Amino acid sequence: MHADAHGHGHEHVHHPAHQHHFQTMEQQAEASTLGMWIFLVTEVMFFGGLLMAYLLYRVWYPEAWSEASQELDIVLGGLNTVVLIASSLTMALAVRAAQTGWRKGTVVFLLITMAFGLTFLIVKFFEYREKFETGHVPGPNFHFEGPFGSQAEIFFSMYFALTGLHALHMVVGFGILSVVLWMAWKNRFSPQWYTPVELSGLYWHFVDIVWIFLFPLLYLVDRAHNVA
Amino acid sequence: MSGHISPKSSYYGVFAALMVMTALTVGVAFIPLGTLNFPVALAIAIFKATLVILFFMHVKYSSRLTKMIVGMAFFFLAILLLLTMTDYGSRGWYASPRGTATAGTQVTVTGPTQARRPAAAEAR
Amino acid sequence: MLATESPVNYLNVNTSVASWLLTKDHKRIAILYMVVVTIAFILGAIFAAGIRLELMTPEGDLMSSDTYNKLFTMHGVAMVFFVLIPVVPAILGNFALPLMLGAKDVAFPKLNLLSWYIFVIGFIFTIVAMVTGGVDTGWTFYPPYSTDGSDSNVLLAGIGVFITGFSSILTGLNFMVTIHRMRAPGLTWFRLPLFVWALYATSLVQVLGTPVIAITVAMIAVERAFGLGFFDPRLGGDPVLFQHLFWFYSHPAVYIMILPPMGAISEVIACFSRKNVFGYSFVAFSSLAIAIFGFLVWAHHLFVAGISPYSALVFSFLTYAVAIPSAVKTFNWTATLYRGAIWLKAPMFWVFGFLGLFLIGGLTGLFTAALGIDIHIHDTYFVVAHFHYIMVGGAIMGYFAGLHYWWPKMTGRMYSDTFAKLSALLVFVGFNLTFLPQFVLGYLGMPRRYHMYPPEFQVLNIMSTAGSSILALGYLLPMMYFTWSLFKGEKVGANPWLATGLEWKTQSPPLPHNFPVQPVVTEGAYEYSKREIKVA
Repeated sequence: MHADAHGHGHEHVHHPAHQHHFQTMEQQAEASTLGMWIFLVTEVMFFGGLLMAYLLYRVWYPEAWSEASQELDIVLGGLNTVVLIASSLTMALAVRAAQTGWRKGTVVFLLITMAFGLTFLIVKFFEYREKFETGHVPGPNFHFEGPFGSQAEIFFSMYFALTGLHALHMVVGFGILSVVLWMAWKNRFSPQWYTPVELSGLYWHFVDIVWIFLFPLLYLVDRAHNVA
Repeated sequence: MSGHISPKSSYYGVFAALMVMTALTVGVAFIPLGTLNFPVALAIAIFKATLVILFFMHVKYSSRLTKMIVGMAFFFLAILLLLTMTDYGSRGWYASPRGTATAGTQVTVTGPTQARRPAAAEAR
Repeated sequence: MLATESPVNYLNVNTSVASWLLTKDHKRIAILYMVVVTIAFILGAIFAAGIRLELMTPEGDLMSSDTYNKLFTMHGVAMVFFVLIPVVPAILGNFALPLMLGAKDVAFPKLNLLSWYIFVIGFIFTIVAMVTGGVDTGWTFYPPYSTDGSDSNVLLAGIGVFITGFSSILTGLNFMVTIHRMRAPGLTWFRLPLFVWALYATSLVQVLGTPVIAITVAMIAVERAFGLGFFDPRLGGDPVLFQHLFWFYSHPAVYIMILPPMGAISEVIACFSRKNVFGYSFVAFSSLAIAIFGFLVWAHHLFVAGISPYSALVFSFLTYAVAIPSAVKTFNWTATLYRGAIWLKAPMFWVFGFLGLFLIGGLTGLFTAALGIDIHIHDTYFVVAHFHYIMVGGAIMGYFAGLHYWWPKMTGRMYSDTFAKLSALLVFVGFNLTFLPQFVLGYLGMPRRYHMYPPEFQVLNIMSTAGSSILALGYLLPMMYFTWSLFKGEKVGANPWLATGLEWKTQSPPLPHNFPVQPVVTEGAYEYSKREIKVA
């Protein structure tokens, strides 16, 4: 045994993914997951600012919220909700496949997750296009019938801000999953190290959770016509 | 790494529950419950999110530190939302002699005072 | 003997530009931050000089009102986002934290470097905003002026601030994971130096608060650029909502600015009193309490904005509550001095300056926290004086105390103790002359952000400007003697201050990977009683 630059003998073989400022792979894995969780905390507060604005204006303008929400397609929104929850299932299964060293399963489940994610974004595109065509995009071309038009413009500002920010996160998530997919294809993962799969799983589930809230908040306001 | 490996059945079970809850939230939205519609929808969403957090994100099998961090996020989100609403929620409680007109609220006071006149002095 | 060869350290191991710009070494990243923060400080000081020059006369004769608005805006933006927020965490924290924990680096070294690049990019955006016309909304960016009225570079500056926020978030994230997961064997939480507790509390605030201002500035940018309606009263929006969201971060932000310098003060005071900090666990818990309670008080910035008086009462009460842990710390530092063996070297001068100035700043905070008083002094020079006492008298002095303490560790060189003490004195005198008159001005009713004022205020304004020139001299000196020390300063060994703490158990400057052998900790942070009091 010889002492190397680390000052210790090479009794063990370093895993190629082991970063040397960590003592052990276990410490590295724990640090990585903790880091991702703290990042998700920042994401909760990031969306939180928009949610605060949403909350205030919903309380102030129930009629506008009611009327504007009806303009959103509940079928497409519901479909997207199902798609995204399904993608969370397949993501969880992808992580499990990586945990058990099942390369093919990891690759397939990641691909399906990405396909679901892409479906979501395509549906969103069609929804946005419809909003452009009906003049519901806030700004100089906004148009909404009725006495609550101005306040409906605030609703649609919240709609585009919330779903736009969410879609942006999905696009980034898609990019991250492509990289992880490539790594899985190259057989980089094993039960000893599957951190990137686990971390991208956490991120993906977070994006799903945001949508779990956005769907009722935006699409299901006063569908029973209590208010307007 | 020594992460908890959940059985596939638990994932399928959670997925099924999430689907049921999604159908429920859509269904209940069409039932006129008045002011209860919003809290019910929120409660269902919170339940769904909890399932994803506990099982898909493995928090149920994670360290106490992880659980505290998750709790911390929602705690401070709650502070942001609730403490801000103490302002908006208590506007208009105090009607000063010349009235308050805050942008966008339903409370607008025009014309002469709605505040209490010095009735005590008059009654004497 | 290889007497002429300096031992390998993190500075000389590789001197190429690429090795600096692609470094993952937390110590080098600290120095990279120091360069940018110092540039930002000089920029902010130039803007301040412009303000003080204009305010020497009651008329608005040196510049137009628009230009003056731009000066105080850019002074605020530069100082708040590019100096005060990063100065201690990103410089002293980055340098000292892994060393104090007995670790080789922070948890995510590449993320650390990315944080610096994000900081630089945000800074560039903001500088471009400044030199291509400036911003005149105040550093607080209130709508509707920022979204609709102002035709200055709000968008560019907003993007710069947005980007820079992520640097702060990532630093906080990195430090939290490092403290949780990379402590040396035997280094339990209650053996940690108080600087580490301070950094942990700060990281909590960075991680929880900064995202909210990020999304808020984004909302302003989107409203301004695309006409989305969030705060527009013509649609039914509420400009006060912006203020709620903005201050939800910006109040806790002041705790990002003060907690790390307080941590540095704890380190220096222990070393130069040769004593454990009095009430160690109280100080540690107070740091956490300040961080958490700090999130409950933001609407004291909105007392005259039209919020509900009932809500204002609640926030006023909570503001008094958050003052308590700060007071606990101040008492404990003072008690540390009592019966200590005071070693009056330069770092201690900065500590004493801190104690006096932070005390005044904190006490005047109690005035502003009182709802009834604040109605009169809000947006006057009283508030300006209060926060400068905390931020400059407190945070910057705390930074300098830490910098003078850790400089020999960072560079392996000692600076001139005499000049350093002179600098501290000049800063203390200059600072008081600059800002004490402003309490009076504010009490007498002079509003902030105005460059014209009634002639009876001129004498106090001239005093303030005169003081600022002494203050500037006080800050100029360290730039000179620190630079001198790099070339001509006496070389020091591992522990020139005979201090406790793991960072003093390794060479100065440290090895690239900090420790030749993994340290193991067996005692508390400030076991000075077991040390020989031998003063060099």
